[in-house]
Amino acid sequence: MEGKCLKSRLRACCLISILIGVYWHGVSYGSTNVVEVTDGIYVRFGLQQEPTTENQGRIANVGFILGRQRVAVIDTGNSLVEGLDLRAAIRRVTHLPIAYVIFTHMHPDHVLGAAAFVQDDPEFIGHVQLADALTRREPFYLEAARQLLGDDFEGTRVVLPGSPVSGSRKLDLGGRIIELEAHPTAHTNNDLTVYDPASGTLWLSDLLFIGRIPVIDGSILGWLRQMERLSARDIGLVVPGHGPVTHRWMDALAAQRRYLKKVVTGIREVIRNNGSITQAVSQVANGERENWLLFEENHGRNVTTSFVEIEWE
Amino acid sequence: MTTVSKLKQLEASASVKSLGLLLFLTAAAISSPVVAEDGGERWQEIKSSLFGNREIQDGSSTLSLETPYRAMDAAVVPVDISSLVPQTPQQYIENLYLVIDNNPSPVAAVFHFLGKRDWQSLSTRVRVNAYTDVRVVAETSEGKIYMVSNFVKASGGCSAPPTKDPVAAAANLGRMKFKLPEATTDSGRVLAQLLIKHPNNSGLQFDQVSRNYIPADFIRNIEVSYNGELLFSVDSDISISEDPSIRFGFEPEAGGKLEVSVKDSTGRTFAETFGVTGGGNG
Repeated sequence: MEGKCLKSRLRACCLISILIGVYWHGVSYGSTNVVEVTDGIYVRFGLQQEPTTENQGRIANVGFILGRQRVAVIDTGNSLVEGLDLRAAIRRVTHLPIAYVIFTHMHPDHVLGAAAFVQDDPEFIGHVQLADALTRREPFYLEAARQLLGDDFEGTRVVLPGSPVSGSRKLDLGGRIIELEAHPTAHTNNDLTVYDPASGTLWLSDLLFIGRIPVIDGSILGWLRQMERLSARDIGLVVPGHGPVTHRWMDALAAQRRYLKKVVTGIREVIRNNGSITQAVSQVANGERENWLLFEENHGRNVTTSFVEIEWE
Repeated sequence: MTTVSKLKQLEASASVKSLGLLLFLTAAAISSPVVAEDGGERWQEIKSSLFGNREIQDGSSTLSLETPYRAMDAAVVPVDISSLVPQTPQQYIENLYLVIDNNPSPVAAVFHFLGKRDWQSLSTRVRVNAYTDVRVVAETSEGKIYMVSNFVKASGGCSAPPTKDPVAAAANLGRMKFKLPEATTDSGRVLAQLLIKHPNNSGLQFDQVSRNYIPADFIRNIEVSYNGELLFSVDSDISISEDPSIRFGFEPEAGGKLEVSVKDSTGRTFAETFGVTGGGNG
């Protein structure tokens, strides 16, 4: 085990220069290009933007893992078109069957491209609470996507996962076994991560935001607890839901934890002084403004949603 | 915290005044989906349902209303209402309507007061589904009607109605919290806050798995009494945010007792009693 971890660390170290190169020079974010970030793991990087008509909501990192016999897709993008682009990218790399489509959580930028893969008849896999969460939100997500995409919305729909994961599950891709883990409520109430022991890579998806401000849509306190657990793990490379793939994921985790903790501490202070949501929004964690992309667009909502959680402590 | 609390949860048939009216508007909204139309037209419809052709006066010297110009979270939009004139048994606001024009169910809440105690300040949180006018309409004991309104920019979108964690919500259903700040003002009045754990589900969502609409489950009525005397009651609806919060101005006395009873749309009732020492944190 030790040796394996060391090996994956070394491999990750070798990747640093490549990855920095990839991040800064090679990648056209939100394009149809996928990048092989480590042996057999491919990522199509999302744009670090809010979803707009111009970017068609191509803002999440999506991709796939290649085994010797099968392919597992991880997240599908915001539309049928984006899903089809990912499928085409897969087919440029391999003709192996697409056996699994794994949803890391419910958000539209990750799940709304799923219809592109129905033709492959894969197993659609998600957290045990994903189907319920998606069902409740489907009309809102589809309406938002319709407005975002205009004519390109055609064919975009929700595909509910047929295979719920509670706890963990292993998938055999042929010579490569990947491990799924369903998490307690954190970023959302249906976060699922994918670990590939062969390369020491953890696909954290939106449990980790890099560069872009984290969005809280589950439980800020639960998310902090999950981050505590994750920080004890020995991982070589991390694929975040937004931002670059990195071996320096502990730094990214620390930055995210710092922001979330400041939000929690600030809100507790406001509540102690009998303050309101409005006061919290104007006061809490404003020092983080310069540290994140899209702070203005998301921070106020993060504070609001966290306030109504924390006041029940 | 000197709280003596007991939680009763029993099946009961809710009898709520003016609920028929709220339901009527809900039903009307479902049959004709709200689009981004002229808020004026929508308001005319609501106004005639609620007040017929009675005269509504500008309320800016009677009431104030504070809302964010742009809602941060469409599911939790704070609404702060103040009464600008003292509430006395001779002259007081009897019914206070909180209306969100472009929501599927526009009448978010109707507060009822008896005029025995001044409240001065009242806050809650609402869902806002689309860009809309938010209105507060006060019907006074003299039969006059005053109104103030604000425009709020919000769109339901991704962060709209559904509860974030249904499992946790179900586990905590009916829990209540009552908060009193430690410091009182010169007048002895404090801002007390009542919090109730409840999903306040709209029931407008379709469940693909069961091929049914997810049943509505929301708080219909809250009564808050102090030492046996009703402070206020509220008829509420699905536009009130999950885990409803009501903050109200309140003048506690030594050794008082605050009683809260809640009825929801499925017939559940919740009751809790909080010991209140003057100015102490209940």
